[in-house]
Amino acid sequence: MIETLRFWAIVVLLVGGILFTFVSAVGVIRLPDVYSRAHTASQTDTLGAGLALAAVALALGWQGATIHTVLLLFFVFITNPTAAHAIARAAAETGVKPWTADTDEEVGEK
Amino acid sequence: MTAELLDDIFLATAAIFVLLAIAMLYRAVAGPTTQDRVLAVNVLGTNTVVILALLAAGLGQPWFLDIALIYALLNFLMAVAISKFTVERGGVL
Repeated sequence: MIETLRFWAIVVLLVGGILFTFVSAVGVIRLPDVYSRAHTASQTDTLGAGLALAAVALALGWQGATIHTVLLLFFVFITNPTAAHAIARAAAETGVKPWTADTDEEVGEK
Repeated sequence: MTAELLDDIFLATAAIFVLLAIAMLYRAVAGPTTQDRVLAVNVLGTNTVVILALLAAGLGQPWFLDIALIYALLNFLMAVAISKFTVERGGVL
């Protein structure tokens, strides 16, 4: 019983991770400028990685490797939005113009 | 039987994550600004960390997680360092 529950919890977490990472990939490829891409990369990709790592931690059970997985999860949750923030701020300071409804092609050529 | 099925599920998920990471290479090549490329490589690195963790669970090799931890650290350092050095007087963080 508890094994079946664990199996389906792992499957649901993995499907959620694939879904959010797919949304992140579509966003990074399709969105118009670097700020919106940093937005999707910082949020959906963090959640997708977090769900997949939670599935790994659940599958490994109570052992030493699980501590590494949970450490990795917290590390990804803290550093991924920080890195996206640093990238977006570097783009702002080098003068990349944000996309508006008036510009109909990809901006950022400087 | 369930354990073997779970291993196969982990390996299939790792394969899908590899495909999504390869899709990121389009933005790393075509991105108009340097920051686009850094962002794409950062997302690709996060995907690589997840792939390493999934392979650790799917292949039963827990020491892959150490490599994943170091990879996540270097990935974060890469993103912050490059975004710091593309700005003139680098206070980005």
